[in-house]
Amino acid sequence: MIETRDLTKLYGGKAAVDHLTFTVEPGQVTGFLGPNGAGKSTTMRLILGLDRPQSGTALINGRRYRDLRDPLRTVGALLEAKTVHPGRSARNHLLFLAQTQGLPARRVEEVLALVGLQDVADKRAGNFSLGMSQRLGVAVAMLGDPQVLLLDEPVNGLDPEGVLWIRNLMKRLAAEGRTILVSSHLMNEMAVTADHLIVIGRGKLITEASTEDVIARSTDRSVRVRTPDADRLAELITAAGGKVVRGAPAEGAGLLTVTGLESSRIGQLAASASVVLHELTPLASLEGAFMELTAGSVEFGVPGQDPVNAQEGSAR
Amino acid sequence: MTTTSPVTPTREPAAHHAGFTGLMRAEWTKIRSVRSTVWTLIIFVVVCIGLTALIAWLTESHWYGPRAPSRDARAIADPVGFILGTGVGLGQLAICVLGVLVITSEYSTGVIRASLLAVPRRIPVLAAKAVVFAVLLLVVTEIVAFCSFFVGSAILHAHVQVSLSGSGVTRAVIGAGLYLIVLGLLALAIGTMIRHTAGAISVAIGIVFVLPILSGLLPGSWGAHINAYLPEQAGTLITHTAEQSGDLLSPWQGFGVLCIWTVLALAVAAYLLERRDA
Repeated sequence: MIETRDLTKLYGGKAAVDHLTFTVEPGQVTGFLGPNGAGKSTTMRLILGLDRPQSGTALINGRRYRDLRDPLRTVGALLEAKTVHPGRSARNHLLFLAQTQGLPARRVEEVLALVGLQDVADKRAGNFSLGMSQRLGVAVAMLGDPQVLLLDEPVNGLDPEGVLWIRNLMKRLAAEGRTILVSSHLMNEMAVTADHLIVIGRGKLITEASTEDVIARSTDRSVRVRTPDADRLAELITAAGGKVVRGAPAEGAGLLTVTGLESSRIGQLAASASVVLHELTPLASLEGAFMELTAGSVEFGVPGQDPVNAQEGSAR
Repeated sequence: MTTTSPVTPTREPAAHHAGFTGLMRAEWTKIRSVRSTVWTLIIFVVVCIGLTALIAWLTESHWYGPRAPSRDARAIADPVGFILGTGVGLGQLAICVLGVLVITSEYSTGVIRASLLAVPRRIPVLAAKAVVFAVLLLVVTEIVAFCSFFVGSAILHAHVQVSLSGSGVTRAVIGAGLYLIVLGLLALAIGTMIRHTAGAISVAIGIVFVLPILSGLLPGSWGAHINAYLPEQAGTLITHTAEQSGDLLSPWQGFGVLCIWTVLALAVAAYLLERRDA
């Protein structure tokens, strides 16, 4: 289990991770979703003790990473950044890591077999293809047979075969009762891989829910409305059969997120009651939350979502 | 390319913790499994012994030559310092480069992240690296020091008779190796602090080769005092059999000064390693 509480990391006064609190449960694949630059990698680095948070804690099975003894036996990590010397062989890279954890050299051969790199184990890792590098990364992560795995964008740049391989491996590991946190900026990938989703944008938690729920909500169209007369309009919308969620005070008191009514209908309601509108934007709710926080990231898509409408939100 | 291999390992009856021995084994694996380390050491050995032989041969063949009096006098007054000062004097460059590379190559390639994930307390990584590197240098530099001495003294044999049984000779030859070990550790500390190969090599070489020249320009006795306590100036005293009249420190005091510099530098390096984001 991974728990973060109020995790905050500032880079040059700007929050890369902003009071992030979430829990990753064992026995399922938890997707860590957010656009590029949302703070996914930083969060993982904080959990893994590579970076120090300004405040907050990150615990793995109830302990800080730096307090784990032989940590690779508890936590396996596949980072997006490079971690292998290009002049060193895969076998020697795994070997030195095994030696730091008191693992037998035999375990190196086992993980090499697990990822199918036996035949190139003595070749310089710098000559590996992206897919082979990624396999080596998985071998490193699995070296200590850890109960907890953090994988940062593991399918990035892989061919379909590689993607499928990683996906199946994660599912198999989760089925064995392990805790799996896997980050991605691709909703489509997460939709087929993850059982549970943690969505962040600009370092903040947007939502934490089962993948089914998130998909159901994101296909449920919503409309964002901004008006100085929010109370009046909320009444009208509710009377017309729509649902209203008030925006957070920080975003201005006049922000409403409406579901169950088309934007054209909301416009009519407002006009008939002479309510002034400052904004009227059709959104999908998850998409909307994303756009609100990430202003212009276009790499985020929702399956089944009309791409033209999805772009509207970002082009706004 | 699907694999059916088991994910779980064949279980150890009792999984043992790695401890510091494991970390030292790992550091040894790192050092021996990269070509640059091996090549730098080979170059170091060849340059040291080769240059010692070359200078000794030139000295020998030009004995009584036009420039001879001062040089010949130096060779006679402090034959060990003369022999070791040539090859080892240049070889220390290779040691500085190697000491820096041992850690900065981890930063430039990203291996440091793997290392620190394995040992999140971090400082044991530096400690294990320092110990393994020092032991490796002990073997290599002592071989180089003794080989240089034997090669140099054999070539100069006709004019300068010097043997290990002479006063301070064994100390000076062993000391040349010790000096290079501690210098390598100082370079390791500098590499850990600066993290970039080029910058760290510049600083290390600046401290060893440039600072003594600059401090030599300082006037008066305080210039001489600063000069005497610089890492390189103090450290190389141990490679001389005869104390020069102007020496402020004895050979072992000088070596002690170098050690203090190195311990301080390693302490700062450890602090920064622990504090900084990797």
